[in-house]
Amino acid sequence: MAVTKKKTATKKSNTIKLKFDTSWTYAPAPESKSAATINKQYDLFINGEWQKPLSKKYFDTINPANEEKLSEVADANAADVDKAVKAATNAYEKSWKKMPAKERAKYIFRIARIMQEKARELAIIESLDGGKPIKESRDFDVPTAANHFFYYAGWADKLEYAFPNRTTEPLGVAAQIIPWNFPLLMAAWKIAPAIATGNTVVLKSAETTPLTALKLAEIIQEADLPPGVVNIITGAGATGAAMVNHPDVNKIAFTGSTDVGKIIQRAIASTDKKATLELGGKAANIIFEDAAIDQAVEGVINGIFFNQGHVCCAGSRLYVQESVAKEVIRKLKDRLESLIVGDPMDKNTDIGAINSKSQLDIINKYIGIGKKEGAEMYQSSCRLPSKGFFCRPTLFTNVAQSNRIAQEEIFGPVLAILTFRTEDEVIEKANNSPYGLSAGVWTDKGSKIFNMTKRMKAGVVWANTFNKFDPTSPFGGYKESGFGREGGLHGLLPYLNLKN
Amino acid sequence: MAIAKPTIMPPDFARTPHIDQVGVEERASRFTKRSIKNESKENGLKLVLNMIDLTTLEGIDTDGKVKQLCYKAIHPHDALPDIPTVAAICVYPTMVKVAKKALGDSGVKVASVATAFPSGQAPKDIKIRDTKYAVNEGADEVDMVISRGKFHAGEYNFVFDEIAAIKEACGNARLKVILETGELGTFDKVRRASDIAMHAGADFIKTSTGKIQPAATMPVTLVMLEAIRDFYYKTGKMIGMKPAGGISKSKLALHYLVMVKEVLGEDWLTNEWFRFGASSLANDVLMQMVKLKTGQYQSANYFSVD
Repeated sequence: MAVTKKKTATKKSNTIKLKFDTSWTYAPAPESKSAATINKQYDLFINGEWQKPLSKKYFDTINPANEEKLSEVADANAADVDKAVKAATNAYEKSWKKMPAKERAKYIFRIARIMQEKARELAIIESLDGGKPIKESRDFDVPTAANHFFYYAGWADKLEYAFPNRTTEPLGVAAQIIPWNFPLLMAAWKIAPAIATGNTVVLKSAETTPLTALKLAEIIQEADLPPGVVNIITGAGATGAAMVNHPDVNKIAFTGSTDVGKIIQRAIASTDKKATLELGGKAANIIFEDAAIDQAVEGVINGIFFNQGHVCCAGSRLYVQESVAKEVIRKLKDRLESLIVGDPMDKNTDIGAINSKSQLDIINKYIGIGKKEGAEMYQSSCRLPSKGFFCRPTLFTNVAQSNRIAQEEIFGPVLAILTFRTEDEVIEKANNSPYGLSAGVWTDKGSKIFNMTKRMKAGVVWANTFNKFDPTSPFGGYKESGFGREGGLHGLLPYLNLKN
Repeated sequence: MAIAKPTIMPPDFARTPHIDQVGVEERASRFTKRSIKNESKENGLKLVLNMIDLTTLEGIDTDGKVKQLCYKAIHPHDALPDIPTVAAICVYPTMVKVAKKALGDSGVKVASVATAFPSGQAPKDIKIRDTKYAVNEGADEVDMVISRGKFHAGEYNFVFDEIAAIKEACGNARLKVILETGELGTFDKVRRASDIAMHAGADFIKTSTGKIQPAATMPVTLVMLEAIRDFYYKTGKMIGMKPAGGISKSKLALHYLVMVKEVLGEDWLTNEWFRFGASSLANDVLMQMVKLKTGQYQSANYFSVD
């Protein structure tokens, strides 16, 4: 099954090479860790206070960039989950449900403002705990998270305008389970619409990235939110299972892998629990020959290497029209060389650390699979730090639709490049995936954009851009990428019953 | 039948690559996120100083003014030892002889604008004479302007031929072709004009005369750098880049250097292939250099105004 590798015949382009390893280099520009406080140990945030776990167990959270321990957090068991759900139920019945919506909004605005005040600290902790470049946590994660609170605070007392001629009613207690790729932002995506619509929340952060959610708990405490409205707990899969299976939970909101999403679906099949699932993706990013090539290349780079490729909507399948494939690949390779891989805390870092050892193993496994399948691998020549979990930005060319690296979600900085000839062909190939979360189209022709976006089975289709997020814009998937929408007016709906 | 084949076939300039404005502006702003500190800043500032074409292009220019500027070019700030000279002095053709003499064997080049600068509204033979005059007076470099009117009228062959004719008139002098991007309107047209200039024989492409706003911007420069990169891959020939006008602060100049480093790499990080057309930038660079050395900003009065 091995495809024989062909040597590139273009000798001329081999002799012409730009040198990006320049004599003028950037000096280290590390963000200071001292601007953030991280406790030695964190308990569970239940009913407005920090409570020791009934499990009596804690687990370490480490910095993936140097494998050093940052802190330890409580491992909530079923009894802890029960305590949190009871607190949420109690808060829902006694205070939150009855509170006038405009009062609820005031609390949410307050959370948003405190997040802005503590933006630098939140960004530092996000980068330390998760490995993402400080540039991204500073300029994207934290401000967007605060914006979600601002946005949904605005909706709280305007639900009758969101759904005219209908009466809205909150669902009750929402159990929310978030992933490790955008820890704070996902917490904001989940909490803000839930409490704006009058629900109360038990949120579990991901095992490897609990710290910013716990920092958010401190902010919620400072905002004086009534006890029990938001409970934040930590733990692994078993904790999540206890949340999903708890009888007093009315709503499940989950962002994570498709495998776990399926387990949740099965678990709640015979209950009246509502669910929103935001799962995996294998987005097609499509470049037509009439596209603005340099900007398309930049968009592809942003689409796959943003957050080390730990993005469910990452543009991990590149379809490029065959007439421009050579040029696009050459430009991608050049651009790869100017990406700076290394210390997430350095302000110049473009690609930080892979979130965990296990994720790095998965990525490396897929890189192995890609090579074995006969695809040609290209990696940037950057040096990787000796400690911590790092992966070179990687391209695979000569990829076939049937290759596993073109079908399965890798969730890392690995791009599979395929070619196509016609519009119909590329639509068929792009839709030929169990996933359908996002897609990108690059062309200078407006009519082509409309034709493509109409026919693509993806929740979000970006045209001549990629990875653009805004609280006002709904986000969610088709097929095995999940269901339900987060963000925008649509994001209110999963937390409400509509009555006439 | 032997037909002489040009080594590089000029493309159909009506079909030059598309440029997406939003994408270019986003990419350009990303360069400004690079943090340039300590020795990186020090080395960067030296590079910038060494890439400056110190410019005076006024109706009021006199021998005295040009001589003073030439002295500044060789001695940017005598209080600072071990700093480079600027790259060149940029003047009108009538001032070339004065500048050439004043600069002597300092290594600082004399660049002369020509071709009915800044409008370019003159017949071809006058432009050629203008160019030859500057070269005969001793100009090492010629900064010509393209005929923007003809360009907007779609007469790309006219623009091409004119540049080729001026290139011929330049002899050994290096030719910088000013596109006057502030008058071109779109990035698509900036790209088209860049391609025309490079294929017609430009040694450098340059954004602006400095007489029209906007002059150089990072997005416009990025579009031109990418055109240079594509041309290099296509032909193996290096073309220089000169943003001119509007760059007066060191920080902005360092952002331009970042852009050159990340788009074209090592070979272009020298004044042979990259220049800043500026007059007030030099003093800001000097002020930053002194700050790095002493830890304090000095008053503007400590830096000579020329």
